Amino acid sequence: MSAPSATAPTAPPPPAPQRSRRRGVELSLIVAAVLVSMYGYAEVGLARNGAVPPGTLGYGAGLAGLALLAHLAVRTCAAYADPLLLPIAVLLNGIGLVLIYRLDLEPSLGPRAAPAQLIWSATGVGLFIVVVLALRDHRLLARYAYICVTLALVLLVAPIAFPAVNGAKIWVRFAGFSLQPGEFAKVLLAVFFAAYLSANRAALAYTGRKVLRRIQLPTGRVLGPVLAIWLMSVGVLAVERDLGASLLFFCLFVVMLYVATGRTGWIAVGLLLASLGAYAAGRLEPHVHSRVLDWLHPFRTIDAGLGPSQLAQSLFAFADGGVLGTGLGQGYSYLIGFAAKSDFVLATAGEELGLVGLSALLLLYALLVNRGFKAGLSLRDPFGRLLAAGLASILALQVFVIAGGVMDLIPLTGMAMPFLAQGGSSVVTNWIIVAVLIRISDRARRPDPADGPGPDVPVPPAARTGEAPR
Amino acid sequence: MNRCMRHAAVFCALLLAAVLVNTARVQVVQAGKFTGNPANRRIAIERYHQPRGNILVGGQRVTGSRATLGQLRYERTYLEGPLYAPVTGFASQTYGATLLEGTEDALLSGTSATLDTTPLWHELTRARQRGGDVDTTIDPAAQRAAYAGLAGRRGAVAALDPATGRILALVSSPSYDPSLLSGSGPGVTAAWTRLNADRDQPMLDRAIRQTYPPGSTFKVVTAAAALQQGLVRDVMAPTNSPDPYRLEGTLVDLTNESDGCRDASVYDAFRISCNTVFAKLGTDLGPHGVVDQAQAFGFNDTRLRIPASVAKSTVDTGMGPDQVGLSSIGQFDTTATPLQMAMVAAAVGNGGKLMRPYLVDRVTNHNGITVSSGHPSLLHQAVSARTARQLQTLMEAVVTDGTGGNAAIPGAVVGGKTGTAQHGLANTGTPYAWFISYARPENVDHATVAVAVVVEDAEAQRADISGGGNAAPIAKAVMQAVLSSPVPTGEFSSPSGN
Repeated sequence: MSAPSATAPTAPPPPAPQRSRRRGVELSLIVAAVLVSMYGYAEVGLARNGAVPPGTLGYGAGLAGLALLAHLAVRTCAAYADPLLLPIAVLLNGIGLVLIYRLDLEPSLGPRAAPAQLIWSATGVGLFIVVVLALRDHRLLARYAYICVTLALVLLVAPIAFPAVNGAKIWVRFAGFSLQPGEFAKVLLAVFFAAYLSANRAALAYTGRKVLRRIQLPTGRVLGPVLAIWLMSVGVLAVERDLGASLLFFCLFVVMLYVATGRTGWIAVGLLLASLGAYAAGRLEPHVHSRVLDWLHPFRTIDAGLGPSQLAQSLFAFADGGVLGTGLGQGYSYLIGFAAKSDFVLATAGEELGLVGLSALLLLYALLVNRGFKAGLSLRDPFGRLLAAGLASILALQVFVIAGGVMDLIPLTGMAMPFLAQGGSSVVTNWIIVAVLIRISDRARRPDPADGPGPDVPVPPAARTGEAPR
Repeated sequence: MNRCMRHAAVFCALLLAAVLVNTARVQVVQAGKFTGNPANRRIAIERYHQPRGNILVGGQRVTGSRATLGQLRYERTYLEGPLYAPVTGFASQTYGATLLEGTEDALLSGTSATLDTTPLWHELTRARQRGGDVDTTIDPAAQRAAYAGLAGRRGAVAALDPATGRILALVSSPSYDPSLLSGSGPGVTAAWTRLNADRDQPMLDRAIRQTYPPGSTFKVVTAAAALQQGLVRDVMAPTNSPDPYRLEGTLVDLTNESDGCRDASVYDAFRISCNTVFAKLGTDLGPHGVVDQAQAFGFNDTRLRIPASVAKSTVDTGMGPDQVGLSSIGQFDTTATPLQMAMVAAAVGNGGKLMRPYLVDRVTNHNGITVSSGHPSLLHQAVSARTARQLQTLMEAVVTDGTGGNAAIPGAVVGGKTGTAQHGLANTGTPYAWFISYARPENVDHATVAVAVVVEDAEAQRADISGGGNAAPIAKAVMQAVLSSPVPTGEFSSPSGN
C-alpha cells in the first residue's frame, strides 16, 4: 500500500517516498464494476426473453454516473483514500440492483422494486458525497458522541409507535415511505462507542479487582455502560423482536470494547451476557424459539406436512445452484416467497451464480472489511482506529448474521445483506459507512506529516466525561 | 491496541470464512440431499417449464403442449388421445409418465444429454435444452383400422412389420384420453380415481401389458416344434391320433369342436383346429420340445422392451405330460400378450426370422437433427426357413380353406390362425376370440404385415368360429390398411390424385 507506484501522478518532485494517490486505479476499477453490473443486467434479459433488455444502457449510465460523481468527490476531497473501497461498493450495489431487477420479473414476488432501489442507491451515493465533502476530519465526529447516542436511541425506539410488519416492529412509515431507523442507528452507535471507549480506555483497561489470579473484574463504574448497552440490545429484541439488530449491536460493542482495552475479561463478560440473553430469549420468546428450532431442523415443517419453510426453500435454492449456478434469470428462488428480494436475496445469488459467484461476493465483502481494518491500523488516533474497526466489524457481522442465517449456519434473523438486499435504509447506511471509511483511509495515507495525528491527539471534551448513558 | 485490532480483524475473517465453508456445504456437499427432497418443487417446475417434445405418428404429431397459469407451466395435450393412448401413455404432472412418455421422458423433456449436438458450447452458455421429438413406427392407417375394428369392445390389436420388427399398430380397447391426467388439479385426481375404478380397465395397455390364454393360436407354436424337430415330416401324412384323446396319466378326454379330426393330417388338423391332434403332438414332443420352441418365438422373456416393457408371455417349464398336452393347444397356464402372438405370426411370415419389435423410429432434437434411430435387429431364428415355409402352407390354408376365411384379402397372400381361449372358473367365462395372421402382396416373398387380435367379449358361442368371426375381420382391416399404405412396403401405390 505504501509502495510507490509507477503510475502515480507525480506533479512536484517528491522530497520523501511519495505515497501514490492511485485515483486512476480506482477509476478503472469503477469502470470494470459498472461493466460487470451491465453485463449481469443484459444477461437477465437474454436468459428470460432472449434479448438484451432495453433499459441496459440507461441502467449502466445511471450506475456509471453515480459512481463517477462519487469518484470525483473522492478525487477532489480525499485524494489519498484507499482505491478499493469505492469500486467494491459500486460493484456490490450494481449486482444488488441486477438481482432485484431479476426478481422483479417474477410476478409472484409483488410489485417492482428495482426502480425504488436505484433511487435509494442514488440517495446513498448523494449522502456518500456529502460525507466525503463535508467531513474534513473524521475526528470531528467524536465531538458529537452523545448527540449520536441520543439520536440512535430515538431511532431505535421510534418504530414502537408504528404497527408491526410481519412480526417485527422495525419500520417507520410516513407519507408512503417506510424506513428502518435501526439501520442508521448502527453507524451512530459505532461513532459513540468509538468516542466513549477511546476516552475511557485507561479506566476500562486498568481498574478493577482481580479474581482467580488472572481474571480481573471491571469495576462497577465502568461496567455500568456495558450493562446499559446489553439491556438496550435485549430491549430491542423484546420490544421490536429484531433478533438480528440486537445481536449486531451487542457483538459490535464487545468487539470494540476488546479492541479498546485488550482485555479478554471483557470478552468473557460479553459472552456470558450474550449467552444469558440468548438463552432467555430462546426459552421465553416464542418467535425466537421457533427460529432456533428451524435452525436445528430446517425441514421440520416438511416432516409435519406443512410444506417447506422459507429457510428450507432458501437451502433448496442454494443447493440448486451447485458450483456454477443456473445462470442469472434461470433459477427458482421466487419459491422463497416473501422477503426473497431483501433478507433472502443471497439465495438468488447462490442459485443463479453458484458457489463460484457466491465466493466472489463473499471475498468482495472480506476485501471491504480488510480495507477498513487496514485503514484503522495505519491511523494513530484511538478514536479513528476504533471507528474504523467498528465500521468494518459492522459489515462483517452483518454478512455473517444474514448469510449464516439463510444458509442454516446460525438461527435465521432478519437483516439486510449490505448493498445487495432491497431496502433503502440499508443501502443508504452502507454508503455512509463506506464514506466514513474513505475519509479515515484518506487520513491514514495522507503524506503530510504536519497533518498526521500524533499519538496524543486531544480527545474532544464531549467524549471525556465517561458517564454511562442512561 | 494494534494487537487487539488484528485479533478483531482475524475474528471477522473467521466469520466470513465460516460462511464460505458453509456455502460449500450447502451448495456442494449436501446439495444432492436438498435437491432430492420431495418438497423441493424445482425438479417438477423445471420439467414443465418448457413445452414438452412431441410424439409423432406417420410424421404428424399426436401430442401437444398447453401453457397454463400454474406453477407447472406446460401441460400435455393429445390430439387423438384414446386412439394413441396405448402408444403414448400419459405424461401427468401428478402421476408421472407411462409407456413412451415414460421411457422417452428424458428426451421429450430435454434433460437427456444425447439431444445435445454441441455439448461443450451448451456447457458454456448453460442454455436450457429444448425437448426432442420422438417419431414412432406406428402406421396411422393401421392404428385407425384396428381401433375402429374393436369399436369399443374389450380387446387389443398388435401389428408388426415382420421383416424389420417395426410396430405398426398397438391398440387397446376400451381406451381413455390421457389428457385428462395431464395437469395437477382436483379434476385430474378425480379422473385418475374414476379411470382406476373402471371395471373395463381403460388404462391397461392390453396389447403389451395383458396376457391371455392363447388358445388355438398356440397350435402354430406346437406345429412349428413338431416340424422343426422332425416329429412330423409330411404335413399331409396322417398323424395316427384318436378322437377323443385321453390326456396321458389322467381320465380327461379331449374332444373337438369340428368333425374329421380322427387320424387327421397336420394340414387338416391345423386348418380345422383339432385339439386332439395337437395335444397328442405336444405330448409326444415332451415338455422341452414345446417350451424350447415357444421360447424361440419369444415366450418366457422378461426383458423385452419396445422400449416400454412388455409383460412376460408364459409357457410353464415344469409341466407333466398331461399339462404339455393342454399347453400345446394354448390352455393350462400358457398365456401370451397380443404382441407376443403377433411376433409368432411375423416370424412365420418372415421365413423363420423373428425380428426384435420396436416402436421408436427416430428421435430428433429441437433443431430437427436426428440424434438416435431404431434399427431392425434379429431377436431369434425361431424356425428354419424350410419349417417356416411348411407353417406358411398351414396358415394360408386356414384362410383359404378353413376357420379364418374372413381374413382373406384379394390380391394378397394371407396366412392366419383362429383361436378361442376359454377362461374363468370351469371355463364358464365368455371366451376370448383370437386371430393371428400375416399378409404379403403376391409379388413379394416375405410377409409385410403381421397382426394379432384379441376380442375379450366375443359374442358368438364357444367355438373356434368366434376367432374367425370376431377377430379375423379386424385383422383383415389392419392388414389391408398396411398393404395399401405407401410406406413402408412401397409395393402398393396409394390412391393418387388422378
